[in-house]
Amino acid sequence: MTGRSLRRWIFELGLGARMSVAGGRAGWARLALIAAGTGVGVALLLCLAILPSALEASGARETARTEAIDSEREIARGDGTMLIGIATTTFGDDSIHGRMLQPEGSRPPVPPGVATLPKPGEMLVSPALQRLIERNPVLAQRWDARIVGTIGDEGLTGPADLAFYLGTDTLDEETGFRIDAFGHRSEDAGVDPFMVLLTAVGMVVLLTPVVVFMASAVRFGGEARDRRLAALRLVGSDAAMTRRIAAGETLAGAVLGLLVGAVLAVGAVLLAHRYGTGALSFFLADMRPVPVLVALIAVGVPAVAILVTLSAMRRVVVEPLGVVRLSHTVRRRLWWRLIMPVGGILLLWPLTGGLGDSPGSGTIEFQAATGVALLLIGLALLLPWLVDAVVHRLGGGGVAWELAVRRLQLDSGTAVRAVSGIAVSVAGVIAIQGLVSGIETQISSPGASSSAQSWHQILPKTELPVTTWTGALRETPGIQNVETVRLARATREGVETIVRIGGCKALVTYAVLPACTDGDAFTVNVASTGVFDIAGGGQWTAPASTRDVTAIDQLVDYGPMLLITPAAAADKFPPGETRYTVTLDRSRPDALEQLRNAAARLDPQALVIDPDNTAVADVLRTMRQSLLIGTIAMLALIGASLVINMAEQMRERRRVMAVLVAFGTRRRTLSGSVLLQAAVPVLLGMTLAIGFGSGLAALLMAAVEAPITVDWFGIGTTSGMAALVVLGTTAAALPTLLRLTRPGNLRSE
Amino acid sequence: MSVSFALLGLLENGPRHGYDLKRTYDDTFGRDRSLHYGQVYSTMARLLKNGLVEVESEPGDGPDRKRYAITHAGITDVAEWIGRPEKPEPYLQSTLYTKVVLALLTGRDANEVLDAQRAEHLRLMRELTRRKNDGDLADELICDHALFHLEADLRWLELTAARLDRLAARVRP
Amino acid sequence: MTDQPLLVADSLRLNFGETKALDDASLHIWPGEIVALMGPSGSGKSTLLHCLAGILQPESGRVSYDGRDLTAMSDSERSALRRGEFGFVFQFGQLVPELTCVENVALPLRLSGAGRREAHRTATDWLERLEVGDVGAKRPGQVSGGQGQRVAVARALVSRPRVVFADEPTGALDSLNGELVMKLFIAAARDTGAAVVLVTHEARVAAYSDREAVVRDGRVREQEYAR
Ligand SMILES: Nc1ncnc2c1ncn2[C@@H]1O[C@H](COP(=O)(O)OP(=O)(O)O)[C@@H](O)[C@H]1O
Ligand SMILES: [Mg+2]
Repeated sequence: MTGRSLRRWIFELGLGARMSVAGGRAGWARLALIAAGTGVGVALLLCLAILPSALEASGARETARTEAIDSEREIARGDGTMLIGIATTTFGDDSIHGRMLQPEGSRPPVPPGVATLPKPGEMLVSPALQRLIERNPVLAQRWDARIVGTIGDEGLTGPADLAFYLGTDTLDEETGFRIDAFGHRSEDAGVDPFMVLLTAVGMVVLLTPVVVFMASAVRFGGEARDRRLAALRLVGSDAAMTRRIAAGETLAGAVLGLLVGAVLAVGAVLLAHRYGTGALSFFLADMRPVPVLVALIAVGVPAVAILVTLSAMRRVVVEPLGVVRLSHTVRRRLWWRLIMPVGGILLLWPLTGGLGDSPGSGTIEFQAATGVALLLIGLALLLPWLVDAVVHRLGGGGVAWELAVRRLQLDSGTAVRAVSGIAVSVAGVIAIQGLVSGIETQISSPGASSSAQSWHQILPKTELPVTTWTGALRETPGIQNVETVRLARATREGVETIVRIGGCKALVTYAVLPACTDGDAFTVNVASTGVFDIAGGGQWTAPASTRDVTAIDQLVDYGPMLLITPAAAADKFPPGETRYTVTLDRSRPDALEQLRNAAARLDPQALVIDPDNTAVADVLRTMRQSLLIGTIAMLALIGASLVINMAEQMRERRRVMAVLVAFGTRRRTLSGSVLLQAAVPVLLGMTLAIGFGSGLAALLMAAVEAPITVDWFGIGTTSGMAALVVLGTTAAALPTLLRLTRPGNLRSE
Repeated sequence: MSVSFALLGLLENGPRHGYDLKRTYDDTFGRDRSLHYGQVYSTMARLLKNGLVEVESEPGDGPDRKRYAITHAGITDVAEWIGRPEKPEPYLQSTLYTKVVLALLTGRDANEVLDAQRAEHLRLMRELTRRKNDGDLADELICDHALFHLEADLRWLELTAARLDRLAARVRP
Repeated sequence: MTDQPLLVADSLRLNFGETKALDDASLHIWPGEIVALMGPSGSGKSTLLHCLAGILQPESGRVSYDGRDLTAMSDSERSALRRGEFGFVFQFGQLVPELTCVENVALPLRLSGAGRREAHRTATDWLERLEVGDVGAKRPGQVSGGQGQRVAVARALVSRPRVVFADEPTGALDSLNGELVMKLFIAAARDTGAAVVLVTHEARVAAYSDREAVVRDGRVREQEYAR
């Protein structure tokens, strides 16, 4: 390229950039919209670029403070060892990381963030825990220890991390672990491939609408721009020049959008630092975006913006006159729009045989994520064609309908672009919801709901007399029934079986019992007749009334199990580990915390199992909720862009509107046409999205070997949300409509 | 014709000597066609004979000593002339101009003069339009020619109406 | 000839901020007559037209149509009146760009509740009457200015209004097209017996009227009734 033509290029790009601000207030408004739209997108992308490094950093901090327990290696007691106990507890829904520390020599290992180890009866807490304790006196009573200091930042995963170290001298080799260092060297256990798949698909589902949204953001005000450029084209600028001018114009907005996005991302980082909780609480220093991703965003966003603009310019370049006179449109072609979705299906199809259990290979996840992305982007590409094709076959109907349909026939692009964002989100959400509920049905037993009797179990770690526990629990306010379950082991024909001995009230927490009186016995996953050899000596013969039952909660794999009432046990089993089962007084909101307090004070290592809280279901629920929130945010964003598009369109048409009102058109008719104009593309988009989403869900469910079901709930909620978006858009556009139909707009200039 | 009304109108604001009358006329309407003295005196003689002006003689002699004053009949005649729209025909600007200026000078409503003329023009234009639309191509072409000329006149009327304030300021300093 | 005026504006006043757009303007329109509103630009012609048509509400004064007080009606009543009894032609930007010409013409009928097919048939007749029968299927962007304006005239007359308001209907046309539009417009209006309020600053357009009223600084000088 010669220097002269380079100079011309730069001149034309600059001309475009100048044109974007020279358009007076309208020009600035358009630039601001583009910048805001891309800014929001860029901010989201930057946050996603920050997340991996932030998670990694907080993971590293977590590893550094985790005790180095090595089951292979027996550590001998020495000057540099210490016994620790796991005293992690829960307050409300927040988990509190806790360790009991008992040095065994003069050079014990010290966890990060701790200067001097707490002595027995003392404790160190994280600043966040300190604040929590100050706000909640109930929590202050949980430990029989004095707070002597706080844990430094090096020892915490984030500013909101709840953690404590409790000095103790009560641990022994039975109840504690011996360690000689902190810092857990993990041999990566490998993440569940389901979860990886879920995460990958989730990322794509959230990212694709962002991209679609940005693509529509750079076309805000596009109609007016097209007409301006078409005018330039008519006065003699050639096709390439016109493209470059348009590109320059978009570039200005995109670059501004990068700045806005950076500012927003910094704001989000500060907010996350200040208000983030749980796994999303990070130290400022840990929230550094991955440089490669930042570079990708900085280059990619303007590049995408320009590509989108150039493809949008086709109409102006091909027939400037048509744009100026709003006469006829370029018909959309189907074939190239099919490439992406077909490619997506081809990628996903092999997965329907099942993922297998090979974790960490990465290729399958990559294949799945790419397939999903291709399908979703393909959906965004297919939608304009579908709307075009359908709308051109529509006709008849009332005036409002006719106005809306004709408008869409003339130019459906603007509306469809916004809607394709909705469609992609909705398809993604339906797919994920389907996948999640598929996994859920797979892991939860059909009878699971009966476990909702709200029995809480306490698993002590330290051996204390049963009466100490029952006495303390009975005295605790809010605790109603205290039942004990004694554990033992037995074997029958080589099958080792867990034996639980307790009253009927306690046994129902393990299995669905048809009826139960003292003297009954039940079996789970083991033959209900015969003689069992008791570990530790002796034999127990199952009474004739012994029945086979199913375990309540398959989330925890109980394996073979004998459930025996005390009378049936007949004192044949040796004394062993005892667990306690209690019910809580629901009218006392602090009952659960009182229970946790009572347990922790007797044995900080005791585990309190909350029946409402089942780990896997919890993860899934969180995932589903964050997706839903993400989608709602996306929909709000898309609704905003719909409103903007519509307001812009109406402003351009204000004289026609005013003329229609002069003719006596009812405002109802006009608002009706505005509503229909938004509703028709959304309806088509939803239909396509539900089809794609359900298909995708089916593919993914097949991949995780879940039964294929249709997620009516997901379809219902997302359709409802889409309807809300349409109504909201129309409602938000109505003031503009009313303003624009004032007779003042009849004036010619 | 219009000269005599113009001179008569100029007298409405007060009696004048003959040479004075000529000078005022030249200033106000003359432009490139100033009056001869003889024309003034002959016109005055005619107006005197018709009883539209009268002479106030001053001491001294010679024609220059005569001062002319307008009579009631003269005022009525001027008013009637100003108020009457001219028959629309080409090149009547000078007459209209005279009328407008005189109206301004004598405190009459110049807008009314213009409106009356506009109405007259339009009346004719309507007739021509009707004839044109009912007639054949020849009629159409002929009528259009007239219509365009009348339209030009009307434009002039409109412009004049728009500039009346400036004109008034100039003729009535 | 009836002895009652169809449309009366009585001492209308309307200000836009400092601008006195109408300042004691009065006007009478008789059934079936064609009145040209003339006057310099900015004198208040369009404002007066909008008040007469019930699009704008004057600050004081009264507009009555057929004995009914327009200024006392609600917005929807006035809309209904405009739908049923009035027609409009404006200078430009008045055809709905996404509808075809025949749909544009059919619009007033459909707004008043006529069926689609019937409305289209009537609309097609009107297009033919205005010598633009061939553009029915085209969109406004695809027809010439003169054709578009004739479509607009067809749309104004299709519902057989009693009054047609035309604001500079030939303002954007050359004289030949302007003449053609006026000739067809006025002939059609006389056929249907519609009164026409014709705002124009062009004398040759005004010459199609029965009489003219001159608007100057928000006041009307009404010519004597000439028939
Ligand atoms: N909506 C409006 N807002 C402000 N001023 C207006 C508005 N409509 C008309 N005007 C003013 O009122 C005066 C009369 O306007 P208009 O009736 O349009 O004049 P005409 O049609 O005779 O050219 C003008 O000075 C114009 O600027
Ligand atoms: Mg106007």
